[in-house]
Amino acid sequence: MTARTRSYDEEVWLAVADPNRRSLLELLINRGEATASGLASEVTFSRQAVAKHLAVLERAQLVSSRRAGREVLFCVRPNQVDVAAQMMLNIGRSWDARLQSIKRIAEEVHRSALAANRVEESPISEELPPN
Amino acid sequence: MTAATIEREIRIDAPIEIVWDVVTNPQHIVNWFAEEATVDLRPGGAGSLNFTEHNHVSPLRVETVDPPRLFSYRWSQPDGEEPTEENSMLVEFILSEDQGVTTLRLVESGFAKNNWSEEKNREYFDDHSNGWDHFVPRLASYAATANVSAK
Repeated sequence: MTARTRSYDEEVWLAVADPNRRSLLELLINRGEATASGLASEVTFSRQAVAKHLAVLERAQLVSSRRAGREVLFCVRPNQVDVAAQMMLNIGRSWDARLQSIKRIAEEVHRSALAANRVEESPISEELPPN
Repeated sequence: MTAATIEREIRIDAPIEIVWDVVTNPQHIVNWFAEEATVDLRPGGAGSLNFTEHNHVSPLRVETVDPPRLFSYRWSQPDGEEPTEENSMLVEFILSEDQGVTTLRLVESGFAKNNWSEEKNREYFDDHSNGWDHFVPRLASYAATANVSAK
């Protein structure tokens, strides 16, 4: 069962919650390294928005940047992306396990309720006329 | 607002009222979720999940109680803060019954603010190639490849 360690999860989750940021992350994965302008030419939102989203991704440590002359180049941080992906997969798996338990418990409760009813009702049902 | 969403669905061979009770009653919650649980089962009600194994207590706040069809709460807000749409995750249990079989749908979603219109977000989000359920496995497989090549 996963208990959340808040701060980091929260940052990462919010960072990838936005579909625009997801597409930027994927562009960076495919390109290796790119400038904000380079990325802006491939998406439908403004360069300003690209810069804003990159800042969020950088804060969540999913991307890093370096200065090369007058340009700032961005790239993904594979290790951090791995941590994020595992975290998100784990959240999904935790729910899978919990839902399986809910199913097991509810079906047990249901079965024992049915069995209890049968025991209670059996003397009465014997007196009922056949259908 | 856009959502990052985890969605699951499970079919349970029990009436909806029983599933509702298992999902919302702390006496059952301790058997499928946290080792200790309290829930004030009304909108705005407080609750807590104590994962004693991890020495971690998750406070939660009930959003919707519509028995036996919808139960939702918010959690994962930063320590000491009240959960809001911006800082927390929303967990929804959506129940429906058909001929004695209950379908339980679980949706956990997080929200992020941006400047797009709701409609445009929806359009983008519905584009499955960019959708959440496709994104996470791709991210994981990228990470696996990147880590292998880095070694």
